[in-house]
Amino acid sequence: MTRTPTKIEHEVIMEWIEDGASVLDLGCGDGELLSRLIEEKNVRAQGIEISEQAIHRCVARGLSVFHEDIDSGLSAYGDKSFDYVVLNQTFQQVKKPDLVLKEALRVGKRVIVGFPNFLHYKARFQMFFGGKVPVTPSLPYEWYDTPNLHFLSIADFREYCRKNSFEIEKAVFIGKRNRVKFSPNLFAETGLFLLSRIN
Amino acid sequence: MEKNETKYFTFAEPPDELVLESGEKLGPITLAYETYGKLNREKSNAILVLHALSGDAHAARLHPDDQNLGWWENFIGSGKGLDTDKYFVICSNVIGGCRGSTGPSSINPKTGKPYGTDFPIVTIGDMVNAQSHLIDYLGIYKLLTVIGGSMGGMEVLQWMVSYPGRIRSAIPIATALKHTPQQIAFNEVGRQAVMADPNWKRGHYYGSAVPAKGLAVARMIGHITYMSDVSMAEKFGRRVKADKEPFKFAAEFEVEGYLQYRGDNFVKRFDANSYLYITKAIDYFNILNGHSLNDIFKGLKAKVLVIAFKSDWLYPSYQSQEIVKALKLAGVDASYCEVNSTYGHDAFLLEVEEETHLIKHFLQTVSNGKNGD
Repeated sequence: MTRTPTKIEHEVIMEWIEDGASVLDLGCGDGELLSRLIEEKNVRAQGIEISEQAIHRCVARGLSVFHEDIDSGLSAYGDKSFDYVVLNQTFQQVKKPDLVLKEALRVGKRVIVGFPNFLHYKARFQMFFGGKVPVTPSLPYEWYDTPNLHFLSIADFREYCRKNSFEIEKAVFIGKRNRVKFSPNLFAETGLFLLSRIN
Repeated sequence: MEKNETKYFTFAEPPDELVLESGEKLGPITLAYETYGKLNREKSNAILVLHALSGDAHAARLHPDDQNLGWWENFIGSGKGLDTDKYFVICSNVIGGCRGSTGPSSINPKTGKPYGTDFPIVTIGDMVNAQSHLIDYLGIYKLLTVIGGSMGGMEVLQWMVSYPGRIRSAIPIATALKHTPQQIAFNEVGRQAVMADPNWKRGHYYGSAVPAKGLAVARMIGHITYMSDVSMAEKFGRRVKADKEPFKFAAEFEVEGYLQYRGDNFVKRFDANSYLYITKAIDYFNILNGHSLNDIFKGLKAKVLVIAFKSDWLYPSYQSQEIVKALKLAGVDASYCEVNSTYGHDAFLLEVEEETHLIKHFLQTVSNGKNGD
């Protein structure tokens, strides 16, 4: 089972998305975020999810969801067909994050990306002193059963966005219980970014 | 006590015959149908169930003491997926069929004899048009949902295109926007088996021996395509029958006995000409029919739930994904689930637990919605 996004992650996303927006959640899990967005923000929401059990729970919540693999693309959606596309905690789990993010930026006017920071100080500590692949609250898996396929840091992602001309409109860094302001590449467990394409 | 009974509705009396998609006229037309549950005062709780190739109006029993099980018995009833405590469920036999609705075995009023192959070619669109007359007759304008698997799913898609304003939701299961060459090929082998039977006599066999062997072989082929490699291995393995006869080529393996039993049983309740007409209607089905994937469902306000099954190789899930793609392109409020099942195409009749969970909640969402006008 995939780590469930933390409360703060959802709070940040709720802050960023305005009332009445249209949202596509890629890897929507059991639909908790989408349900909150519909209830509190009156958004028009859709989700894509690979787990059949999660789809059943989404349908029970009355959501519009599709049992699909986001790695196979978003060809059924036209350009800019959503105000927001959310890729929270799925970005590092897809086979082709580069392709998925570019597709997300095609179909969404803005994209919200959230991922665990692999170079959080605790992870560095475990690697450096323990000589082992880190297991931390934001990276709670052993190397042999992790759903995470790509390991990146906040700094890696910033560089990647710069190279691809993705504008980072907003960024929030989250530690164990609070938002991190200082040196996020070291102290943030999770990074959340609001991106758009520079035209 | 009220017994489970099939009712009959006759319409399209000459000169007001139903004009078929082929341009030919058909009338009078009788539809056999059954209903379960009660229509509410607002007439907003009606569900139309659409059967597959060999199905009929008898989708469920009204009472547990009825001898004949309905074909969707474990899905329709009190507290079940289609809960008859809440909903008014209607199921009718298609035109072209042989289970009480007008088809090739019915009497042609012009000759006083069964139509046989003089029966006009009917399409999925014609079947749905006939159903809309039944719904009118029952005093219902807007259906809560239309639901069906396989050919029934094609009829669901046809309702979405022909009568989008008359449905609040739609549930196409294990179906396709159009029949593929592989699907047509299997149907054609079945038809050839029927037509190769010397008793077929170009379709005019009524009153004499029926083309039983040909129809049984057609049904055997059908059954192979409805199962999966895994479900066959689990059901039969390579086991041989206990009472195998010492004759060469008699049914030795259990799978052979099963197919023969299914084939022979089918002949008792199904007309060979209906098999030809209905398989042809399925083969002709192409909901796009000149439209593009982009605009086929444009403007559809109904909510749609698409369901496919993983091991279904007769109607593979990619075909359901095409339906989903068309729905997304049209901006229709939809959901899609590919149920993990080993039953093959038959899964739509067997994976009742998953279907019940999905459909119960989906119908609840539709019922709660504001689109009740």
